[in-house]
Amino acid sequence: MTGSTMAGRQAPDRITYWQAVDSGRLLLVATAATLVTAAVAVTALQAGPISTHRSYWTSALAFGGFIAFGELLRLALPGGREAAPIAMVGAMSYALLLETPKTGYPKESALLVIAVAAAGMTVGALPHIAAGRSAGITGICTRIVAVACVAFIFRPLVPEVTGPHRPWALAFAIMALLVCLGWLIDTLIGALIRADDVGARFAVAVLDEIRLQWPLGLAVGASVIITVFSDKTVGLGILAVFTGPLLVTQIAFRRYAGIRATYLQTVRSLARVTEVAGYVEAGHSRRVSRLAVAVGRGLGMPEPDLLALEYAALMHDIGQLSLRDPIPGGATVLVSPADQDRIAELGADVIREAGVLDHVADLVRCQSWPARGHDPEPPLGSMIIRAANAFDDMVGGSIDRDRSAAALERLRLDPDQYHEGVVDALAEVAGRRVPSRL
Amino acid sequence: MVSRAAWLYIVLVAAIAGPLVATTHAKPSDIPPHPLLVLIVLQLLFLVCDSAKTPLTSRQTKWSPSSAATLAAVVLLGPMAAALVGAVSVLSLRRRLLVAERLFNGAMYALCGLAAGVVYVRLHGPVELPEARDFRLVAFAFAVAATVHVLANHTLIWGVYRLNRGGGMLRREGLESSLPLLLASDLGYACLGLVIASLWQVMDWFSAVLVLVPLFVARWAMGQFAEQQRAYAATMNALCQAVETKDYYTRGHGDRVSRGAVMIAREIGMSSDRTDAIRFAGMLHDVGKLGVPTQVLQKTGPLTEDEYAAIQLHPMRGLEIVREIGFLYEALNGIMHHHERIDGRGYPMGLAGHEIPEFARVIAVADAFDSMTSTRSYREAKSINMAIGELRRGAGTQFDPLIVEAFIAALEIEEWPLPAPARAPADLTIVTVQDHDDPTAPLQVVIP
Repeated sequence: MTGSTMAGRQAPDRITYWQAVDSGRLLLVATAATLVTAAVAVTALQAGPISTHRSYWTSALAFGGFIAFGELLRLALPGGREAAPIAMVGAMSYALLLETPKTGYPKESALLVIAVAAAGMTVGALPHIAAGRSAGITGICTRIVAVACVAFIFRPLVPEVTGPHRPWALAFAIMALLVCLGWLIDTLIGALIRADDVGARFAVAVLDEIRLQWPLGLAVGASVIITVFSDKTVGLGILAVFTGPLLVTQIAFRRYAGIRATYLQTVRSLARVTEVAGYVEAGHSRRVSRLAVAVGRGLGMPEPDLLALEYAALMHDIGQLSLRDPIPGGATVLVSPADQDRIAELGADVIREAGVLDHVADLVRCQSWPARGHDPEPPLGSMIIRAANAFDDMVGGSIDRDRSAAALERLRLDPDQYHEGVVDALAEVAGRRVPSRL
Repeated sequence: MVSRAAWLYIVLVAAIAGPLVATTHAKPSDIPPHPLLVLIVLQLLFLVCDSAKTPLTSRQTKWSPSSAATLAAVVLLGPMAAALVGAVSVLSLRRRLLVAERLFNGAMYALCGLAAGVVYVRLHGPVELPEARDFRLVAFAFAVAATVHVLANHTLIWGVYRLNRGGGMLRREGLESSLPLLLASDLGYACLGLVIASLWQVMDWFSAVLVLVPLFVARWAMGQFAEQQRAYAATMNALCQAVETKDYYTRGHGDRVSRGAVMIAREIGMSSDRTDAIRFAGMLHDVGKLGVPTQVLQKTGPLTEDEYAAIQLHPMRGLEIVREIGFLYEALNGIMHHHERIDGRGYPMGLAGHEIPEFARVIAVADAFDSMTSTRSYREAKSINMAIGELRRGAGTQFDPLIVEAFIAALEIEEWPLPAPARAPADLTIVTVQDHDDPTAPLQVVIP
């Protein structure tokens, strides 16, 4: 794919996604709100005649409480995502429960599921709101829609699968399918919202989301089936017992997400040593990394590559630490190609020392290579860093449009050095720039 | 290696476990059909869980959820079967296990299973497929049995560690560093035993397979955590080294100060969280030196007041760099105040006595000690004993006496990694000739 076609496709795509997805979020909230209103209304009307049945209330209360507890313990995942796996286990299990409360109308029991899930999630979200955190409306709506789909399909099937002489494997297979469906709906809506939020392509966002969410989805799915079947034999008490393992699993994920966040923060902070030492202008590394990630996303790079790109962009000047004297103003764009190579090489050596970031080191090493005529060709990430670095050396923190247009013009005049597709994507990103805190 | 005392202990545990299990009154339960099949499935489950032992942190503690299999046997088959499930640990699929380890694990898990089973039966927990009607009783008896299992397991392991480590001296590391987390994980996953038992009525052996799914996902997440933690430490190290390349003589300084600070932290009994934090703080304590112009660091002769001020600013510069890292607040304090003196004549704030944060007092001692035991352009490295003497001399004026004593005590147990004797580089002009950390050669300032 050549640069110009890449860029040509880029612009119209973006606009349609903005429009489609913006209304998509609205649509999501509206759908969930409608579902919940209908569910609550119908359940309230039904509750009168059947409320004498004790198990109706106990199971609704038990699962509602479980869902609220799960919503309270939301889980932050890498990349600023939020999930509520325990709430999802509760809601999905309630939707797939093998007993119908004695309403006699399976469809209505699906509405009961929605009402209980919504009530539980709302109650669980209240402490978050009280503590000044985000209410997580989008996440709640996504979960409600996923659970509603599963409930509407499964509740009418309950008498079929629990009838006499039905093997448990039948119920198991149907549940497994529905759990997958629920997960898929959750993931797709999540990807749609995320594509909107960060400006990624939808297809890339879906793959990113699947890659990141499948382990958790698998654990949630298996937990749902376990809960449903053991509820059948030993009753609601299993919810209390099963909370233990679920909590430990969640702690494992929390620690994983936590160390990833600290890791990124640390690299971000330590990359600033070049600024404190006076080698580069204040805020340079962070601006270059923001630009590079935005450009990479615009060019459809998947998330693991974007993370490597972010690290490489943050540390792209670290090789300057080995220089005797700082380059005036720190602008590597102004020094000779041989010196640029040397800085890149030194930086890559520093990073390779860590032993775990070799792919990042490669990106740093190749950042000084020209886009054309170099054998082997530099990786896309390196070309992005090269262009973003040159752009920031010329423009700095300024958001003056003339200045940035002039800088882009200069990059375009040198297609041997700066990849055209990258520069086009950069132009697009630069057009959206807003003043940052740095 | 296994010490003689540890061997004796292991043989003792095995000698108790064997006869006890053999003489247990085994009332064969026929409530689950094919009890032998149940036993074999649970034993397999145990082996699968056991082979998936996973490091909880980047350090030693390994963890496996195998207790779920033993505890499922407690409910389904009773004490003796639980002991037999635990005993298969001898056949562990993990390679590179010493004979002693296999023997110990088998005997220990058999004993734990037996204990849990006996407690369960004593509390009138019914040994059968769990049912809804008496589930409260089952759950209660099971909770107690699971707690007994976890505690027995940790106590027995603690014994072997104690006998096998550092000549009977228990160091605050390894097993202990994440004990609360370990206990919580064990208890949490022990609950899965009851879940397996509850599912058995519906899906037989398949319940063991189904339960493995969330287990392995959790294991995956823990593995990822440990991997990220290792990567994090390695990256931090590499970046700190890059910072130190600016100065020929101080290579490895951050690393050694970090090690010294951790030695002190353990000696004075800091919690594992704080020990982790001080490890990083020690590594990064001089990062702000990058903000000091090279010509100041390399100047021979007395400094002007401005130059001295530039050096005094380096802790603040360091703070500026690391402020946004999600460290404990204390680590930031340690970096900012590591040049304060007990008598209040330090910098940047001139804090005195216990106004100085504990982290800073710890780092100050390790920092000065490493500086004195390293070669400088203007002097050779001092011996460890001489440096200890200097620390003692400074105790009460420059250093906190308690910290100094703790460090000296730690040095007697653990060896200090002396830097390789640095040969003077060919180009003498690139060498720092003043060391702001060296208490025996204070910086000279021109008096105007």
